[in-house]
Amino acid sequence: MREALEGSQAIARAVALCRPQVVAAYPITPQTHIVEGLARLIADGLLAAELVSVESEFSAASVVLGAAAAGSRSYTASASQGILLMSEVLYNISGLRIPVVLTCANRAVSSPVSIWNDHQDSMAVRDSGWIQLYCADNQEAVDTTIQAFRISERTELPVMVCMDGFTLTHTLEPIDLPEAAQVDAFLPPFHFSRTLSSVAPLSQGTLVSPEFFTEMRYLQHRAFDAAEREILETDRDWGHLVGRECGGLLHVEGDREAPVGILAMGSVYGTLKDAHQAGLLGRHVRLLRLRSFRPFPAEAIRRACTGLADLLVLDRALSPGSGGIVAHEIRSALYGVPGAPRVANVVVGLGGRNVPDGIFREMLDSLEKNPPAFSFFDLDPRKLPDPGPDASAPSGSLFSPR
Amino acid sequence: MVEIRIHGRGGQGNVLAAYLLATAAFLEGKYSQAFPSFGAERRGAPIAAFVRIESTPILRRSQVTAPRYLILQDHGLLRIAETVTGLVREGAILVNSPDSADTIRSRLGEEGFSIDPSVRIASIPATRLAMELMGRPIPNAPLLSAFLSLTGILSADSLVQALSGRFSGDVLQKNLSLVKAGGSLVEAGLWKETVNA
Amino acid sequence: MTSSEPPSPSVDWAALRNSQPRFSGMESGHGACQGCGQALATRLVLEAAGPDVIVANATGCLEIFTTPWPQSAWTVPWIHSLFENAAAVAAGIEVALRAQGRKTRVLAFAGDGGTFDIGFQALSGMLERNHDVLFVCFDNEAYMNTGIQRSGSTPHGAWTNTSPAGKVRQGKRHFKKDLLAIIAAHGIPYAATASVAYPSDLRTKVRRGLDIEGPSFLLVHSPCPLGWGHDSALTVAVDRLAVETGLFPVLEMERGHVVETMKIRNPRPVREYLELQIRFQHLLGDSPEAREEREHLQALADANIERYGLRAEAPGPRDSEGADTVRRGGSRWG
Repeated sequence: MREALEGSQAIARAVALCRPQVVAAYPITPQTHIVEGLARLIADGLLAAELVSVESEFSAASVVLGAAAAGSRSYTASASQGILLMSEVLYNISGLRIPVVLTCANRAVSSPVSIWNDHQDSMAVRDSGWIQLYCADNQEAVDTTIQAFRISERTELPVMVCMDGFTLTHTLEPIDLPEAAQVDAFLPPFHFSRTLSSVAPLSQGTLVSPEFFTEMRYLQHRAFDAAEREILETDRDWGHLVGRECGGLLHVEGDREAPVGILAMGSVYGTLKDAHQAGLLGRHVRLLRLRSFRPFPAEAIRRACTGLADLLVLDRALSPGSGGIVAHEIRSALYGVPGAPRVANVVVGLGGRNVPDGIFREMLDSLEKNPPAFSFFDLDPRKLPDPGPDASAPSGSLFSPR
Repeated sequence: MVEIRIHGRGGQGNVLAAYLLATAAFLEGKYSQAFPSFGAERRGAPIAAFVRIESTPILRRSQVTAPRYLILQDHGLLRIAETVTGLVREGAILVNSPDSADTIRSRLGEEGFSIDPSVRIASIPATRLAMELMGRPIPNAPLLSAFLSLTGILSADSLVQALSGRFSGDVLQKNLSLVKAGGSLVEAGLWKETVNA
Repeated sequence: MTSSEPPSPSVDWAALRNSQPRFSGMESGHGACQGCGQALATRLVLEAAGPDVIVANATGCLEIFTTPWPQSAWTVPWIHSLFENAAAVAAGIEVALRAQGRKTRVLAFAGDGGTFDIGFQALSGMLERNHDVLFVCFDNEAYMNTGIQRSGSTPHGAWTNTSPAGKVRQGKRHFKKDLLAIIAAHGIPYAATASVAYPSDLRTKVRRGLDIEGPSFLLVHSPCPLGWGHDSALTVAVDRLAVETGLFPVLEMERGHVVETMKIRNPRPVREYLELQIRFQHLLGDSPEAREEREHLQALADANIERYGLRAEAPGPRDSEGADTVRRGGSRWG
């Protein structure tokens, strides 16, 4: 049924439709409305779940770890510092191959402190062994959340549903929430193959010597191959059920034959697509939306880049001293591919900086001026203590104050 | 696409106002989007919220930097340059103020903000109304009602429906009386011609 | 066997006892050091808890020596997550079992590092939220798994690799954290201390903790021959002295109030306890510093005896000399 819902409320309702038995969370902006929504659903008797309001994100992740290991579908949500505080547990959950779903209300990471949106938090745990799916809008966040439980439980890998903090979590828009019967048909009751039980006792989380460690890690890595197939299949099945798909691993649209492409993750893609439809890009452009960052769909990326001369990759997080993070992986996927496009990398919209629809054309224009491999596209040199070198950077328009 | 920016102070129900407008639009079968400017949520701090209304799905997620309409829940915010920044030609400003539109226009001039002569200005004493009818200084319901009456972009019924989805009992009744009172203070359809301009 | 029947002299109770199959939650063949107090304590805890339990284990020796993959010493369902989250993982297991209507009991195991220090926040949260979990801390008073570093539980004056004794320092400068007082401040239904020198007392407390609904906490003093530097054969003797000197008070609390203590029949001088352990050797000499620290430790022990009223008025079956010889299996433990 279609309703006008705040993103966070929509996620709370979507989670409730998946009938989790345990929800554990610790408040952090901008995740709070999701958990508050779940708390109200529980208080009103609309969701039969145990809500564990823990004393830290570390315990939030630990509680869902224990609860899922004991055989209950479990959910948590966090952001920013919370994700980083959880990070040790995140690795552990994945290594134990425990199915759990987490919503990351993407937010910058301190310092400097910022409550606003970018992708630094989820990028910081990209190697933790979690599936990471990035959502372009709230409808997709709802659909992806429901899909995430199935993907997680089928692959025995935890899934992080990444939705932009505020930009999505606090935006009210029309949402089509599926019927409970639809979700029940799509998502069978929780079953974990290694449930802790005194009837069939197992030891989990044991010490693994060098003799076996590599094999364990290999199996974890291989599970992501299976996850690629599972993500695609689950999205297709969901499409058959409700008539909407979320873009699988990588969604390509726009001018599919264009020699220039832009790749983005998350909600900024909506603004990009809007600019494309409104003719603001000034040229034919292929649009690539990366939905699955883990597993990283290298093969799909190579296919999607066929015929491209230039690919502009937007990063909304930074690896200081290196550059954008997504772009590095895109370059790596394209390495050695005959006729692979040049990849230009810009970081934009850090710490909640507005990404206006006019910015994309400037980025594309800059491609014609031999841009640097990496740049801060929306940097305002006037705000620097010593604007000199940046203000006189060769790619002048890149740094035009905005 | 109609783009609206609502300015106010923390605690005045800004985000709620934006959500109500977007919900009312949704109830009329339109596509809509509402979100806050994501300021730190301190009471009294200046904050903004954005609304977009369109007949087709809305894709863009950038902040509203060139609004057609400004709704100001606190006329003290007229002193801040950001409040009127980006307002389009032939746009309009609805201010919660006991002062007349002309007084507000001249005050904007005194502050040094250049307001295009094509911009329309209207005002209603929404806080006073809210105090009288609800006993609390929450001006959003009468302002939204006046805004819908002036522009005709959505019906007052839809606003009533949106309010009914959020409130009940005494609070709802008081809000409904505020809607009625707010709408009657302006000339219905006065800004109508700007809607599809 | 019913306790109402008086033992008949014609029955060899010890032989009968030893012929009974006894539940063992942690099997032999694990890799603990000889005389490991924690291994002994764990076996006793699980004996009392029985098979219908799930254990959440913090990182530490116990996890290491019981689970060298692909082997495991555990016959009960067991999960090790991390160092600092045993209480939170146990809490998660407990809510899941509650949601599913399963009656299995939940235990959390941690060392003193995972309890007093790095795991304290999660423990406090678990107690505050009233999870039905028995948290057992095996207290060997230092980070032994990493090679003997001081913890918040290390006693004053004790040598460790990060509180070494030297020309100007006499071991750990700070006091052992009064964890029990902090636990008591949570007002939980049941908290107790126990010693591996008093197995039947320990087992009784495990059963009591599991019987009570809500969180319970058990601090088990568990000597580490390697870290304390005592003879592996003397684990029980050393721990008995910890109790009999008053340095480790054995007691029970309900809702934060002490309701039972193990009286000390013949309080022993602290020096006897110190003499058995290398970690205190630097305190045994005649230097003024050593003498001062010794007196200091004796004063701490005396203060415990006063604070908890540990001095026995008359010999009793549950005092420090009666407790481990009465009731069951005396010959087995004697």
